[in-house]
Amino acid sequence: MAETVTMDLVSPEKLLLSDAYEMVVVPGTEGDFAVMAGHTAVTSSLRPGVISIYEGDVEKDRIFVNGGFAQIAEDKLTVLAEEAIHVADLDRTDLEQRIQNASEDVEDAKDDEARRKAQENKDQLEQLLEALG
Amino acid sequence: MANLKELKNRITSVTSTQKITKAMKMVAAAKLRHAEEAANAARPYAERMESMMVSLAAGLEGREGPRLLQGSGSDQKHLLIVATGERGLCGGFNSSIAKAGAKKADELIAAGKDVKILCVGKKGNDALKRKYGHLIIDLVDLSGSKRIGFGDAQPIAQRALSMFDNEEFDVCTLFYATFVSVLTQEVTEQQLIPASIPESSEETENDIDYDYEPEEEEILADLLPRNVSVQVYRALLENSASEQGARMSAMDNATRNAGDMIDKLTLQYNRERQAAITSELIEIISGAEAV
Repeated sequence: MAETVTMDLVSPEKLLLSDAYEMVVVPGTEGDFAVMAGHTAVTSSLRPGVISIYEGDVEKDRIFVNGGFAQIAEDKLTVLAEEAIHVADLDRTDLEQRIQNASEDVEDAKDDEARRKAQENKDQLEQLLEALG
Repeated sequence: MANLKELKNRITSVTSTQKITKAMKMVAAAKLRHAEEAANAARPYAERMESMMVSLAAGLEGREGPRLLQGSGSDQKHLLIVATGERGLCGGFNSSIAKAGAKKADELIAAGKDVKILCVGKKGNDALKRKYGHLIIDLVDLSGSKRIGFGDAQPIAQRALSMFDNEEFDVCTLFYATFVSVLTQEVTEQQLIPASIPESSEETENDIDYDYEPEEEEILADLLPRNVSVQVYRALLENSASEQGARMSAMDNATRNAGDMIDKLTLQYNRERQAAITSELIEIISGAEAV
């Protein structure tokens, strides 16, 4: 058994998940990164995307988070997400609604910076929709 | 025997009142359990967010932080968010929160500050509107949601944040009751904006030197608004547990009072009945003697 990293996935309403995994890929704001045992201490914000949990080379689980934060220290990964849904439970119509909201955000954005961010969000959600098939 | 009949009616009515208060107590006990569970379940997130914020703020080390942390540099305009329950019959719960809010408002007005009040929960609004009606900007009604969810807290936080962005206030204070036990609920006054960062008491925990991605400032700018929602959510949860706890003890008292009253009325009823019998007997005997 390879070394593992403990992941706590917490939403405001409850502790969703707390278990040890070999590798977890987290959608950081500045790019996805994989967390394995011995990872350096990092605090990062997350963009809306999918957390993938790997056991060996096999992707075991996929969880969609709607942005949040991740903190890694001493083989312990804490993900704070306001919303987390298993990709298997993700609803197509729900996602389409989110994209709709995101495009409204793009239109309502006050300055270029906000528009760029909203656009990014929207793109990511669209990618996710494609991934869902 | 009109008097006897009256007494009997009163006993029946107090008995049915007791049944109601007993049932309300049991309902409150069940709801309290749910509310406590919800509050416990919400704790991990709030704790971790707080520890993250403490380490981030420590990492800033005197550099200019976001406005939500530093404040707007003035404390002229105040927003008071007074969170109470939607229903009465829970002892002093609603009134003590409203009173704390009113006291703060009085103090601020006396100090020449501008005060605005945002009421969460109908009862607080009812208590405050007579005296501070012109200061109340809105009432957030939560009676529709049976169980407090994060979705209930978010609009309140969004509202406060957008008001802060529009410079409608400088300092935001939140009033709610912290749940200590079924018997005690403590009215709490918490500064929401600018964020009050708790002093890190355990240095050992913050020894880890984190890399930040992106920069501390950016993460903080993202984290602080979310923290406001989390704080509001936590306050609402505490409040709902407190409300049920207060209602439980109030209804327990009411049930006990009703029991005492029934005992007293029954005693009186029995005495009156006995007196009536005795006087009838006397009438009969003296009538028999007269013959």
